[in-house]
Amino acid sequence: MDILLAIAIMALGAVVLGAALGYASIKFKVEGDPLVEKIEAILPQTQCGQCSYPGCKPYAEAIAKGEADINLCPPGGMEGVQRLADLLGREVKPLEAEEKPKQVAIIDEQTCIGCTLCIQACPVDAIVGAAKQMHTIIAPLCTGCELCLPPCPVECILMAPVSETIDNWKWKYPVVEIKPAALRDAA
Amino acid sequence: MLASLFRFKGGVKPPTHKAESTGRPIAPAPLPSRLVVPLHQSIGGTPKPVVAAGDRVLKGQLIGEADGWISAAVHAPTSGTVREIAMHVQPHPSGLDALCVVIEPDGKDEWIERQPVDYRLLPPEEVRERLQQAGVVGLGGAVFPTHGKLNPSKTVPMEELVINGAECEPFITCDDLLMRERAEEVVRGIAIFRDLLQPNKVLIGIEDNKPEAAAAMRAAVDALGEPFFVIQVPTLYPAGGAKQLIRVLTGKEVPAAKRSTDLGVQCFNVATAYTAWRAIAHGEPVVSRLVTVTGNVHEPRNYEVLIGTPMDELLKLATPHPDTDGIIMGGPMMGFLVPDIHVPVVKATNCLIAHNDRLFPPKAPEMPCIRCGSCAEACPHELQPFEMYWFARAKNFGKTQEYAIFDCIECGCCSYVCPSRIPLVQYFRFAKSEIWAREREKNAADGAKDRFEFKQFREDREKAEKAEKLAKAAAAQAAKKAAEAAAAAAAGDAAPATEAPVAVGAAEDPKKAAVAAAMARAKAQREAAQPKNMDAVTHEQEREMAAIDARREAAGIADAPPAAAEKKAD
Ligand code: SF4
Ligand code: SF4
Ligand code: SF4
Ligand code: SF4
Repeated sequence: MDILLAIAIMALGAVVLGAALGYASIKFKVEGDPLVEKIEAILPQTQCGQCSYPGCKPYAEAIAKGEADINLCPPGGMEGVQRLADLLGREVKPLEAEEKPKQVAIIDEQTCIGCTLCIQACPVDAIVGAAKQMHTIIAPLCTGCELCLPPCPVECILMAPVSETIDNWKWKYPVVEIKPAALRDAA
Repeated sequence: MLASLFRFKGGVKPPTHKAESTGRPIAPAPLPSRLVVPLHQSIGGTPKPVVAAGDRVLKGQLIGEADGWISAAVHAPTSGTVREIAMHVQPHPSGLDALCVVIEPDGKDEWIERQPVDYRLLPPEEVRERLQQAGVVGLGGAVFPTHGKLNPSKTVPMEELVINGAECEPFITCDDLLMRERAEEVVRGIAIFRDLLQPNKVLIGIEDNKPEAAAAMRAAVDALGEPFFVIQVPTLYPAGGAKQLIRVLTGKEVPAAKRSTDLGVQCFNVATAYTAWRAIAHGEPVVSRLVTVTGNVHEPRNYEVLIGTPMDELLKLATPHPDTDGIIMGGPMMGFLVPDIHVPVVKATNCLIAHNDRLFPPKAPEMPCIRCGSCAEACPHELQPFEMYWFARAKNFGKTQEYAIFDCIECGCCSYVCPSRIPLVQYFRFAKSEIWAREREKNAADGAKDRFEFKQFREDREKAEKAEKLAKAAAAQAAKKAAEAAAAAAAGDAAPATEAPVAVGAAEDPKKAAVAAAMARAKAQREAAQPKNMDAVTHEQEREMAAIDARREAAGIADAPPAAAEKKAD
């Protein structure tokens, strides 16, 4: 008799817990693939396609599936490779291409003929203009992907490295204190 | 009231070096050869230049218009001609350039038409607006636009207004002299802040090493009949930090994530109160400030200096010793060596210290941290500098944030006491700016991602819309053609029954339907054009024709007979 009771209690417990777990799996279902999202959060979102995928998300998906290496994104640099390696427990590899400082596109507005081709090429809507009107780049939105360069028929777009200003200047890692020599001629 | 002082933990007592520069009264600095006025002198938006090279400007004329609410206007410090609007080196540790208006003084120092007002007759918004237009910013060093701190919180009642006259950093005495000589105007300025914020009480904190200043302030408060408390606080660096002074006077602790208004406290510097009064009651925008010139000089003194005066010209007034090898802007604890001695005095410049190695002996090389804990004892914010240092050095920024690096006010107490001479504050500044840069990058990346996804969504939508439109047009065309064909076929000999399936099919697939319709049309035409000479053919001729048709069909060049055509069309 006791044993039957014990079995009944255990069975009841199993049913209750099973129901709770089943409910939780429906109620708290995770939308999308969390791994892809984590990988995508590391990628720089330049959307340049240099990794040979049409954007950062497809590359993240390919990494998640194990189809792509983690060292294909030049804008992410070695730091990006390092962070992907940490996330995925893979080995750090040297970057497939050379690392470049972040750049921003500039349109020579005198030369632009207003063909709108660059607008269509820009993956992040950072170019404004209208047909037969001068076009210009919204510099803070430009990711420096260089995708607008090839379509321009008059080659009036050029890339310039993002310059350091007082607003984006960073304190340097304190190794040796360097004093500017120009201070000697005070007094 | 005086009995209930609180204290903050930590703090250090470096030699004050204040007596040197308090012996002489404030002197106006003469007009310099040229004035380089940076447009961006306060926290917030960079003002837009509103003058052009060649313009003649008057003293106090607007040259940079505030950009947004948190931004303060910039004015011409004297009358003269605008030489250029160009990039010049800034008094900033980076040594980078920023946009400046360069003015050549004409020597007349001619004011614009000043419009003094009685602020009590104006609504509070207009007083704030006037302060913004006059370029009044926090002159204690943070240069936050003052009008932005004068909005009383709607949820938390304003309890204490703290006025900071502590001036705790060594060497600096400009607030001391201001209170000694111009106490009345300081108190009047405080009254403006009081009227805008409506606090329960006003506490003026002055370190007890400035008895003359405290006495002058007390006398001014009494003379004006204001109910302000002038409180002498113990001399202990950094008692003049806003958070420390609030702690000492009210016992409230302001965490990094909150503003002091959330706790019902607001804090202003005495010099800010003075400029606010000048701006409102005299219509004079902020075009000058008091600067202590001290250190390795013959005659340390406080000067009333026009904003934009090159620092080397100012330093010459105090006759620096020949071995001076640089200029520190600010005090020895929180200041920095300016990157170029020609940089201009700005609203944040409270002190210039002529630097030489005798006064500031170079630090011996850094040694490893021995975890003695002195830094933690000295930290006025009760942080653990050695832990933050460890993680900042290892570039483990997440950990530094766990140790509350953003609560650090960079006061330098920890570096001051460290027996291993580790430049702790430099590590913290490095870590903070690195964290900010990452934050900016992350925000930019998120924005780029959103725009990229939206662009894709838009392109897909446009494609779908286009396809739908095309399909609709084609279907309409096909239906029309089919109907025409049917009508034509009905006119001819073809059986309408055979046409029906074509028309039905058309609705399903526009392209196929169009082809079918074209074929039907051709057939109908062909059938409509029956030869007229067929009525009188003989049997022989009929047989001959049938034979020819058969041959042609066999060769595959004949028009397919109607029945076959129908089958293909289906
Ligand atoms: S190379 Fe990097 S930034 Fe460019 S699309 Fe690929 S993942 Fe994005
Ligand atoms: S592609 Fe070149 S020419 Fe055409 S709109 Fe863009 S910048 Fe102008
Ligand atoms: S004072 Fe210097 S040596 Fe001592 S624990 Fe702090 S960092 Fe280390
Ligand atoms: S600099 Fe920062 S960590 Fe060091 S004592 Fe001051 S508040 Fe504390």
